[in-house]
Amino acid sequence: MISRRDFLQVSMAASALYGASGFGNWARLAAQQSLTQDQLLEFETFGNISLIHITDIHAQLKPIFFREPEVNLGIGDARGQMPHVTGAAFRKAYGIEDGSPSAYALTYNDFSALAQTYGRVGGLDRVSTVINAIRADRPDALLLDGGDTWHGSYTCYQTAGQDMVNVMNALKPDAMTFHWEFTLGSERVNEIVENLPFASLGQNIFDAEWDEPAELFKPYKFFERGGAKVAVIGQAFPYMPIANPSWMFPEYSFGIRDENMQAMVDEVRDAGADVVVVLSHNGFDVDKKMAGRVQGIDVILSGHTHDALPEPVLVGKTHIIASGSNGKFVSRVDLDVRDGQLMGLKHKLIPIFSDVIAPDPVITALIDEQRAPYETALSEVIGKTDSLLYRRGNFNGTWDDLICDALLSEREADIAMSPGVRWGPSILPGQDITREDIWNVTSMTYPNAYRTEMTGEFIHVILEDVGDNLFNPDPYYQQGGDMVRVGGLGYRIDVTKPQGQRISDMTLLKTGEAIDPAKTYVVAGWASVNEGTEGPPIWDVVENHIRNQGTVTVAPNTSVEVIGA
Amino acid sequence: MELSRRETLALGLGAAVMALVPFRANAAADDTISAFTGGAEMADGGVTLTAPEIAENGNTVPIEVSAPGAVSILIVAAGNPEPGVATFNFGPLAAEQAASTRIRLAGTQDVIAVAKMADGSFAKTSATVKVTIGGCGG
Repeated sequence: MISRRDFLQVSMAASALYGASGFGNWARLAAQQSLTQDQLLEFETFGNISLIHITDIHAQLKPIFFREPEVNLGIGDARGQMPHVTGAAFRKAYGIEDGSPSAYALTYNDFSALAQTYGRVGGLDRVSTVINAIRADRPDALLLDGGDTWHGSYTCYQTAGQDMVNVMNALKPDAMTFHWEFTLGSERVNEIVENLPFASLGQNIFDAEWDEPAELFKPYKFFERGGAKVAVIGQAFPYMPIANPSWMFPEYSFGIRDENMQAMVDEVRDAGADVVVVLSHNGFDVDKKMAGRVQGIDVILSGHTHDALPEPVLVGKTHIIASGSNGKFVSRVDLDVRDGQLMGLKHKLIPIFSDVIAPDPVITALIDEQRAPYETALSEVIGKTDSLLYRRGNFNGTWDDLICDALLSEREADIAMSPGVRWGPSILPGQDITREDIWNVTSMTYPNAYRTEMTGEFIHVILEDVGDNLFNPDPYYQQGGDMVRVGGLGYRIDVTKPQGQRISDMTLLKTGEAIDPAKTYVVAGWASVNEGTEGPPIWDVVENHIRNQGTVTVAPNTSVEVIGA
Repeated sequence: MELSRRETLALGLGAAVMALVPFRANAAADDTISAFTGGAEMADGGVTLTAPEIAENGNTVPIEVSAPGAVSILIVAAGNPEPGVATFNFGPLAAEQAASTRIRLAGTQDVIAVAKMADGSFAKTSATVKVTIGGCGG
């Protein structure tokens, strides 16, 4: 196991071995007073192939604020390893100065203050500028979309993903893989995929009835680039029917299927692939494990867990690239491929500072066109916040605290539960909260806010079950989300214990009494994977709550005590 | 929008209050294996079991076994009340000694495959299949 201190050396050694990477640019940028587009894009074109990776956009067409997590625990072998390093330790590992643009982009500290200085991030019109600049250097650069693209906003919901399809098509991707896309329902997904002008990949997308590869999704695609054959293999999110409602896409089955991944790598190698790239929605720790089990992958472009890393992580000879989420980053990966082999790699994680990178006017117009029919609804101010609202964190985020408050008060419940998803932009203190902002953290096709009764014992079972999806020491048993967020309930969690023993000291906050396993409690929540869940959509519940409050303030959450972190 | 306490709503996170704590291998599983092997030692290599890490649906979990040179393969779901699942027998003309089927799992547990080889020796492997409520993937 590599210790945190050794990490830097390992990265440097990998860089020396495989060619220079973005390391060093970060510290230098930080030393400068101002940031320019040229600095952000600066890259000495390398080798003969360029890959452009963007992933987990979650339908964020426009620039947003996005705070990275403070708590992102690694369990077992992942403990203290990237990407499970945050804040000051993260900056130290990569030589990033406090208060620098990189610190703002990659860590959580002083977020509200730094956001005032550096502004919003993302916006697909800015992303387009970056893609165009890379294509100016290397016209046949491959643009690869890691999925979670057609989900996560008001307009995406209203158009069933069409807004994102239209804008992404204009960016001309070469291939894509999938996760939340399937929550549009298989009929809609099939309809879109049949008409996409690029490859829809997933070696692990199977027909559920026959347990055979699904016809619509190909396992891989070959590209001829720089005199070499590049094989791009897709890996969709493995646990779609478990983490999301399987009744929405009953014809499909997924899974990690690393034995089939190995078969595909062998197949493309036999067919003459000079370099093998996996476009993955596994999540970072699953990708790390897969890289150790499947031989012959050169690069994994990793998505799902929303990690942004300024350096590749090397497992054996496989480079794993993590490119963040919500349109905040684009990774450029240049490869030197000769004689059927990867000879070198150069990488840069490009933060999309929206005030620094000029928007591509063609894409701005296209985005505006998608939003125009909904502009009045989107921009309506519902309330205001005194607190920073963010989502990321293993146990809670202020957005989810607010959503749980809304569920408790609007649905008159003892306990609230909110799913541990990792998408959703942040809102700064003093900012208005618009309807669009609320949808950015709640939009989904199964939004019903249920109200039900559960025994104390069952609530414990739920917390243990979700806890194991996050803290099982074997990444193949993790689903890549965060802990279910709770309102009205306090508990203690020992992340080092096995399932059934992690959660203790469950307390009903309104009375301070211990949760009684035999007693029944009223629980409100949303995003149930069960078909036929009833209740108003969560965005209405949250909107009512914020409207009633006028200005919201979220107190620090001290209801979860974490042990073994 | 009307939100009244009296609205009756469908159960949220899953009616299945099945025990989600891992099912332990029980004596019945050991008995089933002993009956197949006659108590003989089982080697670690030689049999491959492919099963999902997390079941998409515990009621129908696709599994595949393969043991080149085997005359029969026993499948045991160690945590099921009735652990014996199937025994596949391969005749001398079988092109390959592999089979796939779907099994029902009562909860998170180990699935065990034991192969009997042509020379009378045995090989064993197992895989943990998790059955979960699900619902919180980011």
